[in-house]
Amino acid sequence: MFGYVIKRAFQMVLVLWAVSVLVFVMMSFTGDPTYMMVPLDATEEQIAQARRLLGLDHSHLTQYRLFLKNVLQGDFGRSFVFRQPANSLILERLPATLEIVFLAMAIALVVAIPLGVYAGANPKRAGSHAVMAGSLVGISLPGFWVGMVLIFVFAVKLQLFPSSGRGPTQEVFGIRVSFLTWEGLRHIILPAVTLSIGTLAILMRIIRAEMMEVMRQDFVRFARAKGVGQRGVLFRHGLKNALIPLVTVFGLMLGDLIAFATLTETIFAWPGIGKLLVDSIYRGDRPVIVVYLMFVALMFVVVNFAVDVLYALIDPRIKIR
Amino acid sequence: MTAHPMPPSPLLQVRDLRTWFDTFGGVVKAVDGASFDVGRGEIVGLVGESGGGKSMVGYSIMRLIDPPGRIAGGRILFDGTDLCGLDERALRKIRGREIAMIFQDPMTALNPLYTIGDQLDEMLRLHTGLSARERRLRCIEMLHEVGIPQPEARLGNYPHQFSGGMRQRVVIAIAMIAGPRLLIADEPTTALDVTIQAQLLRLMKHAVEKRGASLILITHDLAAVSQMADRIVVLYCGRIVERGRARDVIERPRHPYTRGLLDSIPHQGLKRRRLSQIPGTVPDIRKLPPGCAFAPRCPMAAPVCRESAPNLVGGPSGHAVACHFPLEAKAA
Repeated sequence: MFGYVIKRAFQMVLVLWAVSVLVFVMMSFTGDPTYMMVPLDATEEQIAQARRLLGLDHSHLTQYRLFLKNVLQGDFGRSFVFRQPANSLILERLPATLEIVFLAMAIALVVAIPLGVYAGANPKRAGSHAVMAGSLVGISLPGFWVGMVLIFVFAVKLQLFPSSGRGPTQEVFGIRVSFLTWEGLRHIILPAVTLSIGTLAILMRIIRAEMMEVMRQDFVRFARAKGVGQRGVLFRHGLKNALIPLVTVFGLMLGDLIAFATLTETIFAWPGIGKLLVDSIYRGDRPVIVVYLMFVALMFVVVNFAVDVLYALIDPRIKIR
Repeated sequence: MTAHPMPPSPLLQVRDLRTWFDTFGGVVKAVDGASFDVGRGEIVGLVGESGGGKSMVGYSIMRLIDPPGRIAGGRILFDGTDLCGLDERALRKIRGREIAMIFQDPMTALNPLYTIGDQLDEMLRLHTGLSARERRLRCIEMLHEVGIPQPEARLGNYPHQFSGGMRQRVVIAIAMIAGPRLLIADEPTTALDVTIQAQLLRLMKHAVEKRGASLILITHDLAAVSQMADRIVVLYCGRIVERGRARDVIERPRHPYTRGLLDSIPHQGLKRRRLSQIPGTVPDIRKLPPGCAFAPRCPMAAPVCRESAPNLVGGPSGHAVACHFPLEAKAA
């Protein structure tokens, strides 16, 4: 286990370094962001001064070297726009994103597990066909469209939920969250549902496919021969065996959602890291983009690690080393 | 007839059982009109080639036939109760507690994600009101009975930490722990090494005898059955072709199919000879020939065999055969 953690930590450093290189190389093709920072009527002199101020007058290689040196000292650079450390900008907005992502994941699991188990256990029933057709729709609908339709129906027509923003927040252990008040919940529901649709549909299909496979196994038949009830057979014996592939996909999707909740956050003006990324791209705020992408890479490594640990917890045949 | 004036009613009476599968290619009659009894404390061998419908008889008794299969007719009387008339709730009380079943492949019959202690305990949780402590003691005792060394330590092990033979012992322990009155063993030793097969058969025999339970041994291994069973039922293409006391069926087979099965067993001590075999293969059960299903492979088939199916003739406890030209006592 210890060796495994060391290996993972080493892997993480490697991934982060590779991502930083990639991002810097790509950034060097995107032109000079100085022009986005200065007023339209700025003189050549003012532009040159701004460029020097932002550190963009150095060669790309020098910029990268400086960046690396600063990172090793815990300084990830300052946002061109906000004049704040880029990493604190991201950490500040992270709770908002995590909040809708976790809620979306919870919705997806709570809906997908019973439906997937049902469809997998009774693949020939009409209800299962309906579930499968529904999931196909869920996969096919683009998230931004779902978001807009939800806003139109529930915010504009029915006026049940607000159309955008985060609403009031509560501080819990220094983290601002909105799910504790009714007003906050009203704000969070539409974006969370929007975000959950695609994940829900895919999780459901995977659970169904796995359950169909598991239900054919001898040990399921043996469980029934033991007199185990339908629910016990499905959940205790069936679902647990279907979990391994589910955990893999769940992990990937969790990382995906945190990293790329961008569209949903933009539609609902949700002040999370996704919206920060989009804004930063528009403003040419390079330090924020770099740190954001590195943060995303870090998260994927962490989630993968968590998935591996979960494997070992679920399946006694798997040992991590 | 037996000498007893009032013989106790058999534990299990299967009457005219029909287990059919509705498939695209038509109705598959996996079991078609099977009738037999299992007495209390009796061991009955259900014999036949692969695809003969033996396993389906077992599953039907457990009421574990899934669509597209269905029990199309007949009665399964267990201690006087018709299992075919019971709903799922009532069946759950029968399965495991009254009738237990074990399967062919011990490698896949146990859930890989739970300890064997947990899987044994599940049976007791379902069917007894014992406390956790009592259940644990019962599990240890049961593992000891089936010959698992250091049962207490082994309770916390997972199936993958056992060999195939050991797993089948665990499966037998699970099946017997709630004290069922009938054990159905579906090819319980086929997947195991020959050396272990005999051990496990003996173990099962002891386990049922100790409890006065009955055993239905489903197998294609006539040699194993001849040593274990009190009575033998021979199935061919879903129909019973011969039925009787084990000694009668083994020593004086009356159906050419039974005779063919017996002749294909290698005998020790006999001088080397080419083993005889039954010519041909089991026909496609969807397109059974009219008349006797065995006729195309039968050495003594006559025109009448291809036209009308012979009925099983003989009393339920006597030696019965379904053949137009039953064999006379064979010289051994």
